[in-house]
Amino acid sequence: MHELGIVFHIIKVVERVAQENTLTAVSQVSLELGEVSGVIHEELTDCWKWAVKKTELLKDAELLIETIPAVTFCESCQETYETVKYGRICPFCKSERTYLAQGNEINLKEIKAC
Amino acid sequence: MDKVKIIEVKESIFADNNKEADRIREELKKEKTFLLNLMSSPGSGKTTLLMRTIEALKDELRIGVMEADIDSAVDAEKIAATGVRSIQLHTGGMCHLDAGMTEHGLKELGTKDLDLVVLENVGNLVCPAEFDTGAVKNAMILSVPEGHDKPLKYPLIFTVCDVLIINKIDVMPYFDFDLEKVREYAHMRNPNLKIFPVSAKTGEGMDAWTNWLKQQVNEWNNT
Repeated sequence: MHELGIVFHIIKVVERVAQENTLTAVSQVSLELGEVSGVIHEELTDCWKWAVKKTELLKDAELLIETIPAVTFCESCQETYETVKYGRICPFCKSERTYLAQGNEINLKEIKAC
Repeated sequence: MDKVKIIEVKESIFADNNKEADRIREELKKEKTFLLNLMSSPGSGKTTLLMRTIEALKDELRIGVMEADIDSAVDAEKIAATGVRSIQLHTGGMCHLDAGMTEHGLKELGTKDLDLVVLENVGNLVCPAEFDTGAVKNAMILSVPEGHDKPLKYPLIFTVCDVLIINKIDVMPYFDFDLEKVREYAHMRNPNLKIFPVSAKTGEGMDAWTNWLKQQVNEWNNT
């Protein structure tokens, strides 16, 4: 049910932006989703379809998802590498002193509305 | 029909939640109330640890508890038996609490006459870590039977927590649990993490944890 909570948060942000810009009907919402954000696209879309029906502003809004690739940075050798492929240990120097540079984002990118 | 516009938003969907959480902290500071967010897996001994903590501190601090486990009438009854004020929060079947739900809970509980409120978050190490609840400090419990590799499997929660309580150390001889490995893995994710090995059952190590908590509460409420 994690995705449903995420959907409620997206709707909340869209509602605020709509109010600030005096929008009355949102037709599309674009989301940037990190590759390791832990969000499952299909579940998010299912929850989206269910939740938007309960709103006036977003009832016909489509959800577009763009994936942000996950990249890990190694503090030991200052290199970056693909997180999903190599995991937590740096493939260049075998260090464990690594952290995620990008890839856990859940960002609202843009809204198409009138 | 109006012209269709494209509005660039470019913000994290957690941004509003984080602002709300900051506002809750400001309110709590004014009211001199400390909010502790307690997270763990199911079965880590969270309720027992909480009961022992309440018993140790209830003569010195006025304590309230918000229970958020999805199905935890049992827990709420146990906590009520300790004599402190407690309420059950309703997450609507969801896997985590956010700042909005916490704020509703704080209003329902009433915080004006409380020094310490403990939020017992939903038993889960993934989603609660992503949502700032407005707590002053975040604590997590890891119990010995869960294994020492949890910091590797669930890195985010170890990053957002201020305190790690390692519970059930009384059963350590029966498990392949390496306390030093936990320290190493956890500090790799979060060098500032305070670690307290305890047994809520036997009481071992509990003084160090409750003294730390009491000190944190006094610092927050009196400065």
